[in-house]
Amino acid sequence: MALPFSARRRSAVNYLRKYWSLYAMLSIPLAYFIIFRYIPMTYIQIAFKRYSIVQNVWDMPLARNNGLEYFIRAFSNRDFLYAVRNTFMLNFLDLVIGFPAPIILALLLNELPYKRFKRFTQSVAYMPHFLSWIIISGLAVQLFTPTNGLFNIVLKRLGFSPIPFLNHPTYWVFTYVLLGVWKNVGWNTIIYLAALTNINPELYEAAAIDGAGRFQRIRYITLPGLKPTIVTLLILSLGHILSSEFDRPMALGNSLVHSVSNVIATFVYTYGIRGLQFSLAAAVGLFQSVVCVVFLMAANALAKRFGERGIW
Amino acid sequence: MVKSKGTKAADLVIAFICVLLIIACLLPMLNIAARSLSSTEAIIRGEVLLWPKGWNLTAYRLVLSDSRYTWSLGWTAILTVICTFVSMTMTTLCAYPLIYDKLKGRRLFNTLILFTMYFNAGTIPHYLLYKDLGLLNNPLVLIIPNSLSVFYMIIMRTFFYSIPDSLRESAEIDGASPVRILFSIYLPLSKPVIATLSLFYAVGRWNGFSDALMYMNDRRWHPIQLLLYNILKSITSIEVATQEGFASAPGLSDTLQSATVVFATVPILLVYPWLQKYFISGATLGALKD
Repeated sequence: MALPFSARRRSAVNYLRKYWSLYAMLSIPLAYFIIFRYIPMTYIQIAFKRYSIVQNVWDMPLARNNGLEYFIRAFSNRDFLYAVRNTFMLNFLDLVIGFPAPIILALLLNELPYKRFKRFTQSVAYMPHFLSWIIISGLAVQLFTPTNGLFNIVLKRLGFSPIPFLNHPTYWVFTYVLLGVWKNVGWNTIIYLAALTNINPELYEAAAIDGAGRFQRIRYITLPGLKPTIVTLLILSLGHILSSEFDRPMALGNSLVHSVSNVIATFVYTYGIRGLQFSLAAAVGLFQSVVCVVFLMAANALAKRFGERGIW
Repeated sequence: MVKSKGTKAADLVIAFICVLLIIACLLPMLNIAARSLSSTEAIIRGEVLLWPKGWNLTAYRLVLSDSRYTWSLGWTAILTVICTFVSMTMTTLCAYPLIYDKLKGRRLFNTLILFTMYFNAGTIPHYLLYKDLGLLNNPLVLIIPNSLSVFYMIIMRTFFYSIPDSLRESAEIDGASPVRILFSIYLPLSKPVIATLSLFYAVGRWNGFSDALMYMNDRRWHPIQLLLYNILKSITSIEVATQEGFASAPGLSDTLQSATVVFATVPILLVYPWLQKYFISGATLGALKD
């Protein structure tokens, strides 16, 4: 319904008088997002330009090959190709081993009849989540030292030769994945345990009357109840298969295992911030961001095709 | 319900697995505590497992008398308090206006904010921006650029949504301004979520090191995690050198390193048991978001 002009203006004035403070509040976080999230996006163009310290980003000259020079250089850089492989490999192993672990633990905790013991187990198992990767690396270095670390002392006493858990590429990958499980398995059960509380207890009672065993209950009631949560989290994990953690490989890696610990995020740090090759590192970063978004959208579409809710 | 023998045995097996899990979680802590309290000789001889051998407190005395550690611990504590306060203010300022469905432009703001969750400009563009803004090597770089987490903002907004609209509407009819409503209705009712998110921000800052590693060269402003990282790297490089056949270099002893790790861990372990329920409610709120 069209209002006369003066009435419309009066309602606009009223609206502003009522809500101006909301805009004032919102202006601070919005400024934050523009300055620290959107303006950096304008700097992405240096991936296509030759970096110059004296010029503004907008004025820098286009790189050779129509600006694609640094992408070509990245893909002919062995370190980068290894970083892509390692990122993919470590994330894939995390997915295969680290993803099911909390589901299994949640099922176990759910079956545990001793309530106080259950709560105690949860408290202890959540704790490693709050330790930084630096601290975990400190713990691991002491625990796994080949000469006098706890694990190797025990191995030696049992008559085995010591294992260089953190200093040999193959063992390092194993340790990396294992420490990831150690840090997050307990914490990640929280989501599943919360989903379990939404399952109608009458289903279990009915199943018990029908004589269903423990495995049948898990198979036909608990797991279907967890399915939406599992699918949502699986999409997120699949979407992040080429995104890389920084703290974890930085903290756990060393020069002996560089061939497996070098991932995209550490490559960007080493080449860009330490090596000052800004254009190359920005090109690599852009490649990663774009691939991540594409993967996330693909995983989401896949989930929707299978009749799940998806993440957006 | 009467339980069969088989069920009971299975329960015990599950309980046993849980005991193993508890041991696995606590073992590294006990080991490092034991090493930090042992003599260097006992460690080198490979005698220290979970109980200190050759009891000594030298490492702790050294850490406490080294001004680098004490300063860094103090600075990280101050930084954590400041960051938590700034972050909570920003989060509230962002979440609260967005619950007003009459707010014009709300959809646009939501889209603008959510987009940043999925697409990130990357490390280098951020680095260059901080350089242009003069934030490199400025302590503010550890406070401002990551002061607002979209994910935590959504958690807070979800909590605000759970407060009935009728409360707000009746206060509006009584002539209360949005700011007044925030302070007298929303914030007092949101203590659990405020506690939870403050903790998440605080733990994030206490544990964070990558921003300092990338944007802060000035050693005075290095938070404890970065100091620890540098110590660890110097130790592993000695170890690597030893393994590659060079003579073992005299470095920071294992006891000293263990003591530093203990110092960085203890604050977290101290707050954890008391605040656990908040952590958990936060994780669940995050899971239920839409």
